[in-house]
Amino acid sequence: MVCSMKPEVRRSVMVFLIELVVYAGLVTGYFFLVLTFLADWLNRIFETQRQLYAALALVLIIIQGVLFEALTRFLLSLVKPRTED
Amino acid sequence: MFFPVAGVHLNPVYLIGVGFVVGILGGFFGVGGSFLAGPALFAAGVPMNFVVGTDLAHIVGKSIVAARKHRTLGNIDFKLGLIMVVGTIAGVEAGAQCVQALRRTHHIDLAVGGTFIVILLGISGFMAWESLKTLGATRTARARGLPIPGEHSSRRDHSALAYIAKAIHRFPIPPYVKLPASGIASVSVWAILLVAFVGGFFSGFLGGGAGYIRMPCLVYLLGIPTHIAVGTDLFEIIISAGYGTVSHALKGNVDILIALVMHTGAAIGAQIGATLTQFFVGPRIRLAFIPLPLIGAAFVLHGLLTGHPAK
Repeated sequence: MVCSMKPEVRRSVMVFLIELVVYAGLVTGYFFLVLTFLADWLNRIFETQRQLYAALALVLIIIQGVLFEALTRFLLSLVKPRTED
Repeated sequence: MFFPVAGVHLNPVYLIGVGFVVGILGGFFGVGGSFLAGPALFAAGVPMNFVVGTDLAHIVGKSIVAARKHRTLGNIDFKLGLIMVVGTIAGVEAGAQCVQALRRTHHIDLAVGGTFIVILLGISGFMAWESLKTLGATRTARARGLPIPGEHSSRRDHSALAYIAKAIHRFPIPPYVKLPASGIASVSVWAILLVAFVGGFFSGFLGGGAGYIRMPCLVYLLGIPTHIAVGTDLFEIIISAGYGTVSHALKGNVDILIALVMHTGAAIGAQIGATLTQFFVGPRIRLAFIPLPLIGAAFVLHGLLTGHPAK
């Protein structure tokens, strides 16, 4: 199926497949190193300071959104030159 | 993995998978994907109050990723998005108040569910008819060797119902605003606010981001090219869903850890979805959009019939 695609579409698919594999590895590391440590701390704040928790919830998801967008863009820039050769 | 805020054990791979799927939908169609993510979280055992709030939080992160990608593709009309935020937030509050009023009459599930099904079926039917009509007209024009408006530019989309948007552009109540990014010379601010209010109302009334209503409204009522409607809707969702996240978090309805895990999948899905829009013309994106409201309607119908509403 991949072979029957237009060259530019095939290149994009390859880029994303490679990106996906590298990204999955990085996310797994992030997952175990960061998120598991955050759980208890966030729960304490949720129970005691709801306003701080609300602000933190928004800040955390925005930070992660910006960081992950930068990460995926960075991965693309690493992969693209090699696949375009 | 245990999520102490919501008090549930969930498989993180499942959450990442759900995030990935709704991320692709969000990036491609400019929708939050709550009609899929909501039932998926509920089915995994997340309490309903946490489903609504947590889904909104994850939508914020996913929309940031997709919107930044759409910005690099030139698909966001920032002026339009900022004006829409005002109408959306007012609409969300009005919709939420309407739900509160209906709750007192004890007919909330039937009223919300019934409205949801009628609207979703209507949107699907209308978009199917319009997209097929537009694509048919394009094929006929191509066969006759006639020029096809917007064929080579995502900024000059074409629709068989463009006359509706043209009539709304003549809406005679000032102030007017020019939207060069969307190719609109002049449109009343009130028309934009009204469209945003309708989208916001259904977001507050039915839950989720209501992108399945706002995106078609942007295309058919305001005449925004499909690609720019998708990107602008995502930009607007960042702000309105952010507002909803804080509001729900204050009420104790957000488990941000679940949202962060879901977002790890959604981030890559949103990039893929946003990139895919480059390979499709506007009417094809609208045609592919059609099953989404139908899936949402099926979930709601199932909930009404079994007595377990999905939202």
